[in-house]
Amino acid sequence: MTATERWLLPAGVEEVLPPRAWRLDAMRRRLLDLYWSWGYDLMFPPFVEYLESLLTGNAHDLDLQTFKVMDQLSGRLLGIRADMTPQAARIDAHVINCQGPTRLCYMGTVLRARPEGVSTSRSPLQIGAELFGHRGEASDIEVVRLMLETLRVAGVEGLTLDLGHVGIYRNLAAQAGLEGEAERELFEPLRRKAVGEYHQALAELPLGEDHRAQLAALVELHGGDEVLAQARERLSDAGSEVEAALDRLETVAERVQACYPALSIHFDLAELHSYNYENGLVFGAFHPAHGQALARGGRYDGIGEAFGRARPATGFSADLKALMACVPDSNEGERPKGGVLAPAEEDAALEEAIAGLRAQGERVLRELPETEFEADGHGCDRRLVRRGGHWEVVALD
Amino acid sequence: MSNQLTIAVSKGRVLEDTLPLLEAAGIELAEDPKASRRLILSTSRDDIRILQVRTSDVPTYVEHGAAHLGIVGKDVLLEHDGVGLYEPLDLDLAHCRLMVARPAGSERPRRRLRVATKFIASARRHYARLGLQVELIKLYGSVELAPLVGLADEIVDLVDTGNTLRANGLEAVETVADISARLVVNKAAMKTRHSQIRGIVDAIAARVAEGRKGRVGA
Repeated sequence: MTATERWLLPAGVEEVLPPRAWRLDAMRRRLLDLYWSWGYDLMFPPFVEYLESLLTGNAHDLDLQTFKVMDQLSGRLLGIRADMTPQAARIDAHVINCQGPTRLCYMGTVLRARPEGVSTSRSPLQIGAELFGHRGEASDIEVVRLMLETLRVAGVEGLTLDLGHVGIYRNLAAQAGLEGEAERELFEPLRRKAVGEYHQALAELPLGEDHRAQLAALVELHGGDEVLAQARERLSDAGSEVEAALDRLETVAERVQACYPALSIHFDLAELHSYNYENGLVFGAFHPAHGQALARGGRYDGIGEAFGRARPATGFSADLKALMACVPDSNEGERPKGGVLAPAEEDAALEEAIAGLRAQGERVLRELPETEFEADGHGCDRRLVRRGGHWEVVALD
Repeated sequence: MSNQLTIAVSKGRVLEDTLPLLEAAGIELAEDPKASRRLILSTSRDDIRILQVRTSDVPTYVEHGAAHLGIVGKDVLLEHDGVGLYEPLDLDLAHCRLMVARPAGSERPRRRLRVATKFIASARRHYARLGLQVELIKLYGSVELAPLVGLADEIVDLVDTGNTLRANGLEAVETVADISARLVVNKAAMKTRHSQIRGIVDAIAARVAEGRKGRVGA
């Protein structure tokens, strides 16, 4: 092994170094304070769990993304979490187990077997919040608003909120009798908005004309406010579930817009997120200068069933490191500059002076014996000197 | 200019073929790409510029948001991993086919096939659909050579007129995919700048449909 091989990090694994690490931590603290002020309780789920509890439902993509290791104690496979949402669902279903709504937030590193999309990172610092136990639109609105607040607090401006509803495609496909492989294959060109290929794939399936026309409409239904009206027209006889989904989208959009008049809202009825556990309203926050969503989330009712208790659930998450990368480096949240340099000598009065300064919130660096004091002085602007019998702080020149 | 849209187009023929389509959206080059060595070309519209990139790099530029739109062959998209792009429009130009070819008159050998190609992902999918486990050999050019010198039994390559295949004693035997140029759009751009992009996509789509109608009529 060469020296280079020893110090290089694996692809997509990165460290956060000074001074960005303090800034990252300050952002983390501001966001967790925000969640606290909205009544979300912090939890730290474990970094590894039995694989089965990390992979809930039909989450094939999540399976591929999860690192696996063998547990020598149980002989079972452990997974290193690639996403903390299923952990939150497990904790809500089984550990907390309260009847009313549960609000949880979390922050921690997740590990992904493969980089996702354009992001080259395989070790995002995931931060997010989940709301369990409420089925109605109020919880969708609360979670969307909290995601927007997250981005506001992080300092991201000029966002577009993208709203979709996984139930619409699923329901139309089910009505048309599509399931399993056929549904997934049809979804593939839809996801790429490849209009021609999607229409061709539909033409090749044995579908009734009504079902074909309804499914065909989905690929065009993305854009501004007008999309909902178009959807109501083109999906008018698609049944009550689709209508309810459109109502939900409309209400959530209106109520969120009322709180954020300047926010631009985009609807996309063909937006289905990648992990396949979402099953209701889904949303993402996009910024024109960033190729992919900065934060995203959605409703995943019933996932807790795998843990013995099905509960309505919705939530969102973001990568804290990606958020940091998209706000300009500012001094906000950075530690105060300056500090006091103290000599290495042993002296009881000096110890007392240092402890006093630190207790006042000062940063005090103790020189180490037999080292030259370097010109930058570790960012210190003052030093402790002996004047007569006691120690005084004087400016460093 | 924060409101500027960037379109990535591959250099050379695709750019020339694309110009009439872009004109439909009111986009004309302000400089001659052949005379200029600049890689960023300005257009008649202040809010639009064009990047000249290598064709296989177009999806990368667009996926990362370095370009908002791009024009690229389906052959490149089939090789590009992931679903980071929207492909809303088939431009109906630069048609050709991705095909399997082997020495004229020969049979597919009944052993593990060796296949030489530039298009690894497409070839793997094609043979998997046929239920064949094959050994793929990645080449970067002159793929037709591989069966002639015993490097491979078959090749998967783009076929336009078929002249190169014939000149080297090969014949095309199966179609892997029909290829044409596609308009691709960055996901975030589609959502955050929807009306601007939809305007361009719709104008180009109308011109493509006209062209198609014209050809059918002729």
